[in-house]
Amino acid sequence: MFNLDSIIEVAPYSLNKSEKNSLYEDAFFALTQHHYENCEPYGKILNALNIDPSIKQDVDNIPFLPVRIFKEHDLRSVEEPQVIKTMTSSGTSGQRPSKIFLDRDTSKNQTKVLVKVTSSFIGKKRLPMLVIDSKVVLKDRKQFSARGAGILGFSMLGRDVTYVLDENMELDVERVEEFHRKHEGSDILIFGFTFMVWEYFYKKLEELNKKLPLDKAILIHGGGWKKLDEQSVDNNTFKSKLGHVCGIKKVYNYYGMVEQTGSIFMECEAGYLHSSIFSDVITRREDFSICDFNETGVIQLLSLLPKSYPGHSILSEDSGIIHGEDNCQCGRLGKYFTVHGRIESAEIRGCSDTFSEQ
Amino acid sequence: MTHFLNNKNVHYLLGGEIEATRLFVPYDNLLCDFLNDLSSQLRKSEDAGGYPDVLTFAFWCRRANIARLKEEYSSNHARLGLGTVFHITPSNVPINFAFSFCFGLLSGNANIVRVPTKAFPQVDIICAAIAKVFENNDYREIKIRTAFIRYEHNEEITRLLSIDCNARIIWGGDETVNSVRQLPISPRSVEVVFADRYSFCVVDPTLVNSLKESDLNRLAEGFYNDTYLMDQNACSSPHLLIWLGKESSTAKDRFWKALSEVVKEKQYRMTHAGAADKYVQLCSDAIELDNLHAVKAYGSFLYCITINELPSNIDEFRGSCGYFYEYETEDLRGLSHIVNNSFQTLTYFGTDRKYLLDFVVNNGLSGIDRIVPVGQALDIGVIWDGYDIVKNLSRIIDLQ
Repeated sequence: MFNLDSIIEVAPYSLNKSEKNSLYEDAFFALTQHHYENCEPYGKILNALNIDPSIKQDVDNIPFLPVRIFKEHDLRSVEEPQVIKTMTSSGTSGQRPSKIFLDRDTSKNQTKVLVKVTSSFIGKKRLPMLVIDSKVVLKDRKQFSARGAGILGFSMLGRDVTYVLDENMELDVERVEEFHRKHEGSDILIFGFTFMVWEYFYKKLEELNKKLPLDKAILIHGGGWKKLDEQSVDNNTFKSKLGHVCGIKKVYNYYGMVEQTGSIFMECEAGYLHSSIFSDVITRREDFSICDFNETGVIQLLSLLPKSYPGHSILSEDSGIIHGEDNCQCGRLGKYFTVHGRIESAEIRGCSDTFSEQ
Repeated sequence: MTHFLNNKNVHYLLGGEIEATRLFVPYDNLLCDFLNDLSSQLRKSEDAGGYPDVLTFAFWCRRANIARLKEEYSSNHARLGLGTVFHITPSNVPINFAFSFCFGLLSGNANIVRVPTKAFPQVDIICAAIAKVFENNDYREIKIRTAFIRYEHNEEITRLLSIDCNARIIWGGDETVNSVRQLPISPRSVEVVFADRYSFCVVDPTLVNSLKESDLNRLAEGFYNDTYLMDQNACSSPHLLIWLGKESSTAKDRFWKALSEVVKEKQYRMTHAGAADKYVQLCSDAIELDNLHAVKAYGSFLYCITINELPSNIDEFRGSCGYFYEYETEDLRGLSHIVNNSFQTLTYFGTDRKYLLDFVVNNGLSGIDRIVPVGQALDIGVIWDGYDIVKNLSRIIDLQ
């Protein structure tokens, strides 16, 4: 069985295409077999698709599950008592949230990899940390929302972790200033979800006409651009406006999903999301054939982490473009890509929805 | 009676105030002439050329077809239209509104047609053609009884139009029907509704096996037209294919392969979302269906799920954009338990149609209103969903 410990000490962006391929062929062969044997629904799907898990596949042919299946079914590859945490995605209204079951091992690996990937960008030292969210998100320690899980995961990177929003999402400016006085001169880490940072941090400061001296801070944010797209705020606008209210220069966006917590894709200095050795991306066309570089397709995500649930290879509902592999200007190896957002929902023809369009 | 909504949210594409003082006899010559002129107008319109559905409609309106319908109609009683028909047509099918209008017209009525809110070019093409035909003063009596309107979902407008109409036609879906039914019509008014339906197909494998390539291709094309043309989402598009007979495995392979070729040839436009939906359904079926025997996948464009037992709720398993279930049996009687009143169209290939009709009638089945050859599933007509629409929209003057 593939053991993550065998590569945890390898630098996260140091494997070239052929090295990564051979690692992935072996690791995914083992992971697929593991889930096939331990998760009955997963086994049924592979059987239906006529995929024999005892045959080693190229990376391109690793079977994938549609991400929505985690909303419709409980998929576990460990016995129920071994589940120590269940994570749920927020889910769009009216939909069931995804449910992700974690055992001790997978949970521990998520944290390890998250720290590993992130610290390669911000350094290994634990920095004083501000969380642009409210502590109420973390109330239940056994049932985690994706938001709570993200916050807890990233908190491992910091010390003196301070939450700056109250339960009504109001920014406590005084607390931020006090935190700043306390850690004056030191680098600090700020974490938050993209929308929260914009809506409750940036906008509040803008409204108060308040400038905070956070020029030595590093911001890590993720969680998707959907709501900001609606306000026509792109990554560049986000960075420049934020820089304007608090002088922050180092801003890193990341892409990840609750189904593959830990093995996130960080944005590099060149402005691209990067796959580390712990994860990979493939883009596919409507017929699921593989896109060329620079061709838009739906994103498939591979992660070495999921063992307690069959989430190691997932077809997302996001579209994006892979620009290249091993040759990003930033110098990191691995594929680098851009996410465009959710695929548009199908405009289905048919005669049964006179009212659905409002 | 006059109907005119002076409401800024209602856009009149054609006509205005309705002067429904006088009614027509169904299939009155004037009505038939008008439709024939509309047919010619559309067929010579350059704009219409790019839209097969407009041409199909134009073909349907032509004199010979309407004359045939008139002959089939032959009422033993004197009849007249009911008054004004208010049509609520489907939002995502560009052409149904035009057929609905014709049904209301041929029944002898004045018509207020709510067209889809989405700006389909077909709507403009047809309205322009009707306007052109209306320039002929012979059709004044029809013109003053016709209005095509467009409005965004608005309960108040629908309510006002409903109160005053003598008949209301609601196309599309249980949800729509239920929601519009909250809005009353007058006690004497009638209502024709088209709810969600389920359709399936019966094929004789022996005949498929014996088909020449070209005939096989024609069959596959017919099936493609029944399904993919409307993303398999029309009430009359089949979701289930019954192989009626023995030794069907070669026939199945030939058929699905031919269909997948047609899907490619026709360059069926599948979206990422459509592909994702089908893939989710496939995985869900794999988990949930105990009777799943095999899955055939032709890329992501065509999936066929072979089941070896027919659950009585099979009508809840519906595919879209090319997702089918197949089942093999030697005896149709084994199907009686699945048929309920949501079953609409049975398309057939090779099987004797009289045998199929007997299956429905002799078993006293509560569903299956149409039995038509493969390729004609979407051909809408005055007999639809088990109604004779023209008779439903006209009244009898009884003479003793």
